[in-house]
Amino acid sequence: MTIDIRTLPTIEANVRRRPAARTSSAVAERRRIPLAPGAPRRWGWIIGPALLLLYWSVLSATGFLDTRILPAPWTAVTTAVELIREGRLQENLAVSAGRAAAGLVFGVAAGVLLALVSGLNRLGGYVIDGVVQLKRGIPILAVIPFMVLWFGIGEGMKVATIAITVFFPIYLHTHSALRAIELKQVELAETLRLSRWQFVRHVVVPAALPGFLTGLRFGVTSAWLALVVVEQLNATSGVGYMVTLARNYAQSDVMLVGLVVYALLGFCSDAGVRLLEKRALGWRRTLGQ
Amino acid sequence: MSVVVRVRGLTRRFAVKGVLNGLDLDIHRGEFVALLGRSGSGKSTLLRALADLDHEAEGEGELVTPSRLSVVFQDARLLPWKRVLDNVILGLEGPDVRARGRKALAEMELDGLEDAWPHELSGGQQQRVALARSLVRQPDLLLADEPFGALDALTRIRMHVLLRRLSDLYNPAILLVTHDVDEAIELADRVVVLDGGRLIADVRVALPPEGAPRREASAVLRGRFLGLLGVETSQAASHERIKA
Ligand SMILES: Nc1ncnc2c1ncn2[C@@H]1O[C@H](COP(=O)(O)OP(=O)(O)OP(=O)(O)O)[C@@H](O)[C@H]1O
Ligand SMILES: [Mg+2]
Repeated sequence: MTIDIRTLPTIEANVRRRPAARTSSAVAERRRIPLAPGAPRRWGWIIGPALLLLYWSVLSATGFLDTRILPAPWTAVTTAVELIREGRLQENLAVSAGRAAAGLVFGVAAGVLLALVSGLNRLGGYVIDGVVQLKRGIPILAVIPFMVLWFGIGEGMKVATIAITVFFPIYLHTHSALRAIELKQVELAETLRLSRWQFVRHVVVPAALPGFLTGLRFGVTSAWLALVVVEQLNATSGVGYMVTLARNYAQSDVMLVGLVVYALLGFCSDAGVRLLEKRALGWRRTLGQ
Repeated sequence: MSVVVRVRGLTRRFAVKGVLNGLDLDIHRGEFVALLGRSGSGKSTLLRALADLDHEAEGEGELVTPSRLSVVFQDARLLPWKRVLDNVILGLEGPDVRARGRKALAEMELDGLEDAWPHELSGGQQQRVALARSLVRQPDLLLADEPFGALDALTRIRMHVLLRRLSDLYNPAILLVTHDVDEAIELADRVVVLDGGRLIADVRVALPPEGAPRREASAVLRGRFLGLLGVETSQAASHERIKA
């Protein structure tokens, strides 16, 4: 391809144009556009949910929303108060939270352990990573029949299902963070003669931490998801059981409370992980901060 | 004078091409050696061989290096998740390491920055932290691969002063890889030139302390090294003519 030089804008022309632009009113136009989204506001995140709540309240108050389809926000509050007074909500919530926590602990432990083995060791990588990558394609719902077959329909099945759901995001994100550790830093560790343990502690763990925390956020979210599924499948306690029972009696207000509880659980645990992230990753400078 | 580094018949090859080809080099205790060479001549290869970082290169030869050996890279290589002082004392153990780290930082004129994050420092400051990290280990040999390559001219001059002072203070043997002939003449006791996989020159630098004689002597050396590096200057040409 040949380029006709005459059609190209010359540098000289640019140079001449610039001082002119500086002295004229075009200054404002040429101002640098800030690409970062600006300073964060403390309670800024509340705007979206607040607007949604307002919209919902207006629809309910004006009667546009049939209460049999979706009860008003204040109905949810009164029902929740009632459920708490009866003790049903706390009881079921405690059972659900216990299940989710147990699943989370097992899933995180297995995910981190296997990610470390397969990320830091060639043979481990060949053995573990191949299997995990193969298995990650199977949706969790498809595994549940097998879980029932292996673990029965008791608590073991529920915790195991949650643990498996949590395992994947933890493993995948931690593993890819480990694989992304820069060779430069490994070299540095070698020249400083760090022991294997010091290398893991000072280089590997901090380098993998951002990935692990991302995995944890996904893991926590999917723990609640798996919880909903297993509790509706077969349970005699838990928030999912409460919702299923309410559905059988067409108590849409109790169902709504269940939904709100799930939302709060999801939101609070996500906020918890984010707080952890902020604490642990103070050394990073990113766009979000 | 005892020998700290002893290299005999060192060869290093990458996949197809040979880079080092029977190289010999001795460095004595406390000696400051600058290594010059064209780009791609194998300076980094030699340095990495000395630092035992060249797992991917093939080759043979005799290689003796001290066990207390520190490396300064072109980039500071600070761990971004560790504060400055923790970077300096990384991997060291003992009750007084923090005090030693503080002292090393003070010597690099970095007092007050112990608790800063690496990203809060300028490039020159980061490189000084890297130097402190090397020196706090009291090495017998300091290997530096273009440590000032990414710094501006003024910062380089400051770093030269600091490095000279530290080399007097800690007195390690130093092998400094550099592109900059003036830097080599200014800093080193000895300048070696690498070409074709071997050292083609090994020159002791003993300049008069200051003034016109110093400038003249260093200009002569400069011309000679530039000639060896394949850069023809009028000075280099006239120098060669005089020799012939
Ligand atoms: N890991 C590697 N794999 C293959 N070839 C390599 C590798 N490292 C270096 N080489 C080759 O070896 C030769 C010498 O490289 P080296 O980095 O030692 O040069 P250098 O003198 O340090 O150059 P510069 O001044 O540009 O840093 C080059 O031709 C380079 O392509
Ligand atoms: Mg190099």
